[in-house]
Amino acid sequence: MKKILVYGISALALCFTAPYAIAAKAKKIKIGFVTTLSGGAGVIGKDMRQSVEIALDHLGKKMGGIPVEVLFEDDQVKPEVGKQKTEKLLNKDKVDFLSGFIWSHVLLASRNSAVKSGKFLIVSNAGTSKIAGRLCHKNIFSTSWQNDQVPMALGEVLNKRGVKSLYIVAPNYAAGRDMVAGVERTFKGKVLGKDLTKWPTQLDFSAELAKARAANPEGVFIFYPGRATNAFFRQYAQAGMTKTPLYSVFSVDSLSLPKLQQAKLQNVLGTYSTQFWSPDLDTPVNKKFVEDYRTKFNAYPSHYGAQSYDSIMMIADAVKAVGGDLSKMDAMRDQMRKASYPSVRGDFSYGNNHFPIQDFYLREVIKDSNGNWTTKIVQKVYENHQDVYAKKCKMKKSW
Amino acid sequence: MFDPNLLFEQFFNGLQLGLLLFLLAAGLTLVFGIMDMMNLAHGSLYMLGAYVAAQITLWTGSFVLGVAVSLPVILLLGVCLEAGLLRPLYARGHLDQVLATFGMILFFNEFVRLVWGPEGIEVPLPDFLKGNIVIFDIPLPNYRLVVIGVGLIVALMMYLLVTRTRTGMLIRAGASNRDMVQALGIDINRVFTLVFGIGAALAALAGALAGPILAVTIGMGENILIQVLVVIVIGGIGSIRGAFVGAMLIGIIDILGRSFLDTFFKLFLPVNAAETAGPAVASMLIYILMAAVLFFKPQGLFPAKTG
Amino acid sequence: MGNRAQILIVGTIFLGLALVPLFAELTQTPFYLDLARRMMILAIGALSLNLIMGYGGLISFGHAAYIGIGAYTVGICAEHELVSGFIQWPLAILVSGVFAIIFGLISLRTRGVYFIMITLALAQMMYFLGVSLDRYGGDDGLPLIERSNFGALVDISNNVTLYFIVLGALVLSLFFCKRLINSRFGMVLQGTRSNETRMKTIGFPTLRYQLTAFVIAGMMAGFAGALLANHTDFINPDMMHWTRSGDLIIMVLLGGMGSLAGPVVGALAFILLEELLSGVTEYWQLIFGPFLILVVLFARGGLLGFFADKEQRDG
Repeated sequence: MKKILVYGISALALCFTAPYAIAAKAKKIKIGFVTTLSGGAGVIGKDMRQSVEIALDHLGKKMGGIPVEVLFEDDQVKPEVGKQKTEKLLNKDKVDFLSGFIWSHVLLASRNSAVKSGKFLIVSNAGTSKIAGRLCHKNIFSTSWQNDQVPMALGEVLNKRGVKSLYIVAPNYAAGRDMVAGVERTFKGKVLGKDLTKWPTQLDFSAELAKARAANPEGVFIFYPGRATNAFFRQYAQAGMTKTPLYSVFSVDSLSLPKLQQAKLQNVLGTYSTQFWSPDLDTPVNKKFVEDYRTKFNAYPSHYGAQSYDSIMMIADAVKAVGGDLSKMDAMRDQMRKASYPSVRGDFSYGNNHFPIQDFYLREVIKDSNGNWTTKIVQKVYENHQDVYAKKCKMKKSW
Repeated sequence: MFDPNLLFEQFFNGLQLGLLLFLLAAGLTLVFGIMDMMNLAHGSLYMLGAYVAAQITLWTGSFVLGVAVSLPVILLLGVCLEAGLLRPLYARGHLDQVLATFGMILFFNEFVRLVWGPEGIEVPLPDFLKGNIVIFDIPLPNYRLVVIGVGLIVALMMYLLVTRTRTGMLIRAGASNRDMVQALGIDINRVFTLVFGIGAALAALAGALAGPILAVTIGMGENILIQVLVVIVIGGIGSIRGAFVGAMLIGIIDILGRSFLDTFFKLFLPVNAAETAGPAVASMLIYILMAAVLFFKPQGLFPAKTG
Repeated sequence: MGNRAQILIVGTIFLGLALVPLFAELTQTPFYLDLARRMMILAIGALSLNLIMGYGGLISFGHAAYIGIGAYTVGICAEHELVSGFIQWPLAILVSGVFAIIFGLISLRTRGVYFIMITLALAQMMYFLGVSLDRYGGDDGLPLIERSNFGALVDISNNVTLYFIVLGALVLSLFFCKRLINSRFGMVLQGTRSNETRMKTIGFPTLRYQLTAFVIAGMMAGFAGALLANHTDFINPDMMHWTRSGDLIIMVLLGGMGSLAGPVVGALAFILLEELLSGVTEYWQLIFGPFLILVVLFARGGLLGFFADKEQRDG
């Protein structure tokens, strides 16, 4: 009986406080940014947060004349924590936009809450095939890539360089298996063997490296993000595989390079990887972004940062287009679909699944003029490349 | 397809992994066996050992000095922890010990994050440890050889300590029947402190040695702790011999599983299924082994307790 | 232990829980609804663990596995478009029960620390199994397209409705545990905890009693898992990770092991503390860790014991 009563009161209260029409122009724009701030992966969140700061500096902390605030939440790399934080941002803090999301599983767990809220979700990193395909949505946009695109570009590089045989080592989790599938999809030579290692706890690769050396391949392909990067490169050098070139995706970037340099792992210099972006990418927006970031934080930004910068810029562009009237969802969506905001990657367009159709580059690790290790673009691998999952998305391109 | 050189090399790798596990297991099994103390924070000592060694190495440029400083520092910390925090817990059940030492893990992880940041630190190796020695066409990394050497020396010293000295006799007696030792008028508290100190120093040694191979990061302790617990449970709690055999078993079986399981599955499964099953079973292998050992020998391979 | 004080505390908690939806609606913060619902689901999990741990003396370090199995059953059913809750929920309980029988038979051969470790090992196997289940998302997990469907009876896609279902489930679980503990079965179980040899000598097949308790606890946890899958709209192997089993143990100990409502208090305190402290500082575990140690050292019998005893002394 008590329960029914409470339920009745709740329902009554709901009627009275039901949201009435929103004022035409918002007083303040709130963006909820879900990322990882604690634990080892906190270094990624830090870079994203700093890049958002640069974006806000460039915008004068205003979007279409309205002050903007970004609220950061820590997902602890746990899906249900991420979901809870997403709900908190939406329901308690009442944010107008959601952004961030490094991890596929956190994004997938939070997707339904975001979609139900009717707000825009601008994904700054996670490139899971599900969101690009079956689970695409009119209010979800990506400013990064779909996972498979990067290793596919690398497979293409291997073909171009005449590599005939390859050995693959990657962690045994969803993204790891995506990366392996991606490179196998485009690489035309022979895959001599592949090892999928325990993730994220396995940091000893002695067994896998011994197998790789015994197979005697012309190249080794790896995907080891985070703390595994250093462990892998170090053990690669110790195992005496100096003559076999190492190709990587999502492993060598502005976050791992200072650590690799600190550990004096010379074998990293000259290795190749693919990505849609590099600190030296020659576009006016990127030059400004990288320069200001380096001045303020005395380090190179990473692609995570570049994508976060773009997320904020994209939101700003949409808000400006509707003159700060956030109730005009359709108009904002149309503006986002044009991809007309100043992006670090230069010109690109959006596919039917709201993932970028963009260029991919081959990058080499070099020493810059100050002796710091960074990546330099060697050549363009793909021009206007679209991911393969776009076909599975039911949205039709009308822009 | 089957390569005897590769098999030999994988045994070498398994030996190295096993010895690293042994350094941790030796201390933990004694703490467990003698004090009947479930200490989850052993992994934190390993982590702190790695951080101290890495920091000293970065300051002084000498890795050897880093290891040398880390050992006494963590030994001292271990002794303080034992006397200050753990002693009141001996009389409690395993559960209270689990909860309290879990609290310690959280504290130390956060402490490390506060002091060193979330990124972890890198330990550059001195040049003489960087290369490798080629034996029968197999390049064996110098550094891994050093780890094996140190591990074997420690194992030998532990063996001598436990079997040939009076202290060792007390330790053995404590592990098999604590009440009896106390009844004989021996100050068991001093033995406890000593054992915990040795365990802490060995954990620090393992952490310092693992730093240059793996990565010095927050949470490195918990990852290895589970493996170490598996080792001592397989070996039989309280038994140094069991810890050694268990560590070798886990080290070698883990490496062999990672190396040959997918090839093995390909003998009778379609390629796709084998490539999925191989890594999956490889990651479960040590747990399967433990469950199997405990099913047939519920007290582990070398039970130390007699009553 | 102050029984009346305990009833008072528990009564207050349930009254508070029943008022959460009203509060959430009035303040327009559905976030608290979500938080309280998660607390209650984990409280059911903790209650089930307390059955074997508090009353049976069997410390399972792998109890999260059954929550995971229950959640996966619901998730896998939904993936194959079998959305009826009348099938999903009983199936979740059944499947967790079957796993609990197998795992119980293996692990009950051992005692003490060995039991702790073997339950941990079995749960870790389930975790790695989940990671390698590519068809069901691997470690990325699986979003639940649709919540369990109870036809015309009740619509749990409404968050408030689901909240009251969970609240009802928690109350039912609590009463079920009370009945079970005070039954002859519960008495034998507790007798076995304090002296197994004696119970055996008297002629009780203690192993059979322990196994039954283990299976009941597994089924209850599986039920909590079915609720959890509907609560998060998402399943993933992390639910079965050993740290989650550790969280459950902490909840039981924090609230007070072997007392009926202790786990409920513990689960609530655990989630609340986590939420409050992480709001205060990014380094919240620096406080939470020592707090756990203090609970062990000074609040024997957990929070419930601490406060209930104090009440009694004062009054």
